[in-house]
Amino acid sequence: MDKAKLELVRGTLDVLILKALVWGPLHGYAITSLIRRQSDEALLVEEGTLYPALWRLESKGLIEPEWGLSENNRKAKYYALTSKGRRHLKQETKTWEAYALAVGKVLGATQPPLPEVLS
Amino acid sequence: MKNVPMWRRYDRMLGPDAAADVDDELRFHLEAKVDDLVAQGWQPDDARKEAERQFGDFRAVQNVGERLGQRTDIRRRRRDYWDAFAQDFRYAMRTLRRDRGFAFVAVLILALGIGANVAVFSVVNTILLRPLPFRAPQNLAWLAGNNGVGGLSDWTYRVDAYEEFKRDNHSFQDMTAFVPYYSLSESKLMGRGEPQPVSFVWVAGNLFQALGVQPALGRLFTPEESVKGGRPAIVLSYAFWQRQFAANPAIVGQAVRLKNESVTVVGVLPPEFDFGAVFSPGSKFDYFRPIFMDDIRSWGHMLSVVGRLKPGVTVAQAQAEATILFPKLKGSEAPDWSTDVKTTITGLKDYVSGKLRHSLVMLWCAVGLILLIVCVNLSNLLLARAAARGKEFALRSALGAGRGRLTRQLLTESLILSSAGAVVGLGFAFAATSYLAHQGAIALPLISSLRVDGSALAWTLVITAIATILFGLAPGLAMSGSNLQSALKDAGPTTSQGKKHERLRTTLVVSEVALACVLLVGAGLLLRSFLRVLDVDLGFQPSHAAAIRIDYDDGGNRSRRGAVMQEILYRVKALPGIEAAGVSDMLPLDRNRSWDLMAKGKVYSKGENYDAFVYVVTPGYFDAMGMRLRAGRDFTWHDTPDSERAIVINETAAHREWPGQDPVGRLAQGIGDGDSRVVGVVANVRESSLEDASSPEVYVCTTQAEPEGAELVVRTSVPAEVLSSSVRSTLRALNPGQPATEFRPIQQIVDHAVSPRRFFVFFVSAFSALGLILASLGIYGVVSYSVTQQTQEIGIRMALGATKWRIRFDVIAKTMRLAATGIAAGAIASFFVARGIAALLFKTEPSDPGTFTATILLLAAVSLVSGYIPARRASNIDLMRALRGN
Repeated sequence: MDKAKLELVRGTLDVLILKALVWGPLHGYAITSLIRRQSDEALLVEEGTLYPALWRLESKGLIEPEWGLSENNRKAKYYALTSKGRRHLKQETKTWEAYALAVGKVLGATQPPLPEVLS
Repeated sequence: MKNVPMWRRYDRMLGPDAAADVDDELRFHLEAKVDDLVAQGWQPDDARKEAERQFGDFRAVQNVGERLGQRTDIRRRRRDYWDAFAQDFRYAMRTLRRDRGFAFVAVLILALGIGANVAVFSVVNTILLRPLPFRAPQNLAWLAGNNGVGGLSDWTYRVDAYEEFKRDNHSFQDMTAFVPYYSLSESKLMGRGEPQPVSFVWVAGNLFQALGVQPALGRLFTPEESVKGGRPAIVLSYAFWQRQFAANPAIVGQAVRLKNESVTVVGVLPPEFDFGAVFSPGSKFDYFRPIFMDDIRSWGHMLSVVGRLKPGVTVAQAQAEATILFPKLKGSEAPDWSTDVKTTITGLKDYVSGKLRHSLVMLWCAVGLILLIVCVNLSNLLLARAAARGKEFALRSALGAGRGRLTRQLLTESLILSSAGAVVGLGFAFAATSYLAHQGAIALPLISSLRVDGSALAWTLVITAIATILFGLAPGLAMSGSNLQSALKDAGPTTSQGKKHERLRTTLVVSEVALACVLLVGAGLLLRSFLRVLDVDLGFQPSHAAAIRIDYDDGGNRSRRGAVMQEILYRVKALPGIEAAGVSDMLPLDRNRSWDLMAKGKVYSKGENYDAFVYVVTPGYFDAMGMRLRAGRDFTWHDTPDSERAIVINETAAHREWPGQDPVGRLAQGIGDGDSRVVGVVANVRESSLEDASSPEVYVCTTQAEPEGAELVVRTSVPAEVLSSSVRSTLRALNPGQPATEFRPIQQIVDHAVSPRRFFVFFVSAFSALGLILASLGIYGVVSYSVTQQTQEIGIRMALGATKWRIRFDVIAKTMRLAATGIAAGAIASFFVARGIAALLFKTEPSDPGTFTATILLLAAVSLVSGYIPARRASNIDLMRALRGN
C-alpha cells in the first residue's frame, strides 16, 4: 500500500499527542502507533520530534508521566493528561477546527468573494 | 498499564535521575518497535537495524531529553518545596490566629530580644567596628606624649617637637595637629542679633587634607592662610552652617565678625565630618581656624598630633622609629621635652574607642544572654503548646506526614514568629538608636552617627535565623518524635511522653534562671560600681551650683581685670537667691591645663613629674563651688598684681611637694616667673574623672596670672534656672558684648563625666530586668502547666485528706527546687563571669557578697511569687471536677 506521508503542520503535534491521551495513559511508542492508525497511516510521527514534544508538554504541566509496565512486562514511561492538559486540548481543538474550516472555505471556493459593502 | 510492582518504589530511591529515565524511555521505544517488526516477520537483527534507522539520531534526542529532564526536575523540586512551604505557612498562620494570646506574647518577647540585640549591635558597630569617617582611616595614628598618661598637658606636644618629628621621621607620609585646649576656642559671632557664643578648634592648616576630608562647599585652607600674616580664614562645620547661616551657599567667600575681628568663610565641611564625635565626645564645634604655629611656639605643650602612616608601615614600626628619633631631635634635652620624648603611638581608632572595647564587648555579651533567655523562654512556650497539640501531630503523622515534614511545619511556625519579632524588634532598635544618637550629653565617641545600617540589618537576619533554630528545633524534634500510639490513645498526662516533655521544660527553666542570675549579678556589680562612683567625694558640691561663661574686657591688664571681676561678683551676689559667686577659668571634669609646681629648694631627679593642674580663680570661687579649705586662707582682693603671688594647692600637691610638712607659708616655683607663696590648702577635687584619684592642683588668683576664659560659678538657694535671666541681664548691663550663653548646672558636668558608665549600667540593668521577667514567666509557665496536668492527682490527694496548705506547700516546694537549681548553677557561672568584667568595676570586688546575696534573694523572691500563683490555683481546685478527670 502506498503510504502517504504528510508533514505535520507546526504546532499540531502537541494537540495530536494530547488527543491521543484522552482515552487513557500511554507510552511514547503507543502514542505514535495510535496517531498512525487513527489517521489511517497518513500521519507518521517521527521519534526525533515526538519525545522532545512529550517532554515539553510534561514540563508545561499538560501531561504527567508515570513509570509502569508495558504489555510485555517492560519498564515504560506512561503519560497521562492533566486537567490543565485537558483544558488546553479543548481549546486547541476549537482553534484547529476554526482554522481548518476557514482554510477549507478558501480552498473550496468556486467563485471570487462578493465585493465588500461599505456602509 | 499494569499495576506497579513493589520494586518500582525503590527504583529511584536515591533521588531522581533524569538521564537514566530518558535512556529507559527511548530504549523501551526501540524494543517495542523491534517487537512489532519481528511480529511482522522481520529477522530480529534486521528488525533492530530497521528500528534504529527509523528512529534517526538517537544521541541527539537523548541529549534534548536529558537537558529538558533536568530542568523539569529542578523546577518540580522547587515547586514542591514552595508548595509545601505555602501550605505550612497557611497552616501556621491559621493556628497562630487561633491562639492570639500566645502569638502576641511570643512576638513581643522576640521583638524585645531581637530589638535589644540590633540596637546594641548598632552601638558596637558604630563605635568599634565601623572605620572612622576619614579617608583610609586604617593608616591614621595617634601620638601621645608621656605614654598617654596624665592630663592634656602631658600628652600634647610642643610645636618644636611636632615640627621636628614631622620633618625627620620616615614612617609618616603626613602629620597634622590641632589644639585640644578647647577653652582657647571660645568666641562670639557678632553682627547677627545678640552676640552668639560659638566654639571652634585651632587646627594645623593641613588637618583636613591629612584626614582626607573634602569640603562640601568652597575650599580648605591654603598654606598662606596657615602662616603668620595670612588672611584670617575659617571653615564651618556643616551643622553650624545649617543652623546659623540657613544653609546659604553664598556665605562662602564672605566675611563674618568674630569678637572684634573680621574673618573670611572659605568653606563648609561635609555633614559626615564630626570633629567632636571623634576627638572630644559630647562636644560640638562650629568652625575651624588655622593656628599660626609661631604664635604658640613658646606656649609649651599645645598640640594633639595625628599622623598618616606610609603604606605598609605598621604602628609598631612607627613606634620603634619614634622611640629612637625623639631623643635625637634638637632641643630634646630640655626638661620641657620630657613628656614629648616618651611618645606612644596607637592607631587612631584605638585611641578613639579602645577604652570602650571592654565595656562594649560586655554589653554585647549581656545582650547575647538576653537572646538566649528569649530563645529558652520561647522554646518553653512552644513545648507547652506542643504538649497541647500532641494529638494533632499524632494524627497528621498517622495520615502520612513524615518526621521531617512535621519538624519543618514547626520550624515554619517558629520562622513566622521570629520574623514578626524581627520586624517589630527592628522598629524598637530604630527608635532606640535614633534616641541615643540625639543625646548630646552621652560622652561616647561617634555616637551621634549611630543608626541601624545595612550591616545591622544583616545582623538582624543572622540572629533571627539563629533564634529560629534555637527555639524552634528542640520542640520540633521533641514533638515530631513523639510516640504516635500513646498520643493517639490519649493516655493522658501520666505517660512517659509527658514526663519527658516536663523534664525538658524543667531543664529549660533551670537554665533560664541560671542565665538570668548571671545577668543580674553582672548588672548588680556594675550598678554597685556606678553608685560607688556617684558616691565619690568630688571635693566640691555640684548641687545648687551652676556656671555661665562670661565675657569681659580688661584690655589685658591684671589690675583692671581684678576691678572688673570684683564688680561683676559684687553685682551678681546682690541678686536675691545667690548665696555665693566666684570665677574660675576652668571647671573640674570639664577642661584642664597644667603648669609646673616645684617646692623651692627641692632637688628633682631627671624625669620626675612636677606637673600640676592649674586654675586661675577669683576670691569666693572655693565657696561657690563648695570646696573645702583645709588650711590657710582663700584669696582676697588684697592679692593684687603688685603683691607677692599667692597660691592655694590641693592635698595631693601638698603631699608631693612638702611631704609630712605644713605647706602653708612655703615658697614654690613654676607658676609664672619667680616665687609664689602657698597661702592655703584645699581638699582634693576630682578634676579629670570621678574614678581616678586627684592629681596635684594649684589655684592662682586671677589678678596674678593669665586666665583662659572665665566661668562664673554661682551657688543658689533656688533652682539655678530661675535666676538665669536676672544673672544674664546683670552681666549684659556690665558688658553689652556678653554672649547669650546658657546656665550650666555643675551637676550636668558631673553627669557628663559619668555618662559612659551610666550608659552601660542603664543598658545592662534593663537587660537583666528583662531577663528576670522572662525567667519568672518561664517558672510560672512550667509550674502552672504541671499543676494543670496533675489536677486529678491533686484531687485524689485532697479527697484522701490533704489540706489546702499541704498542696500549696508542695507546689511551692517544687518551684523552689527548680529555682534553687537554677540559682546555684547561675551563681557558680556568675562567679567566673564576674572575673571577666573585673576591669569595669570601681571599688567593687567581682565576688562582692552583697551583690551575690541580693541577686539570690531577688531571684528566690521572684520565683516564690511565680510559684505562688499556680500553687493557689492548685489548692483551690474544685474537688468533684478534678476527680471526674478530663
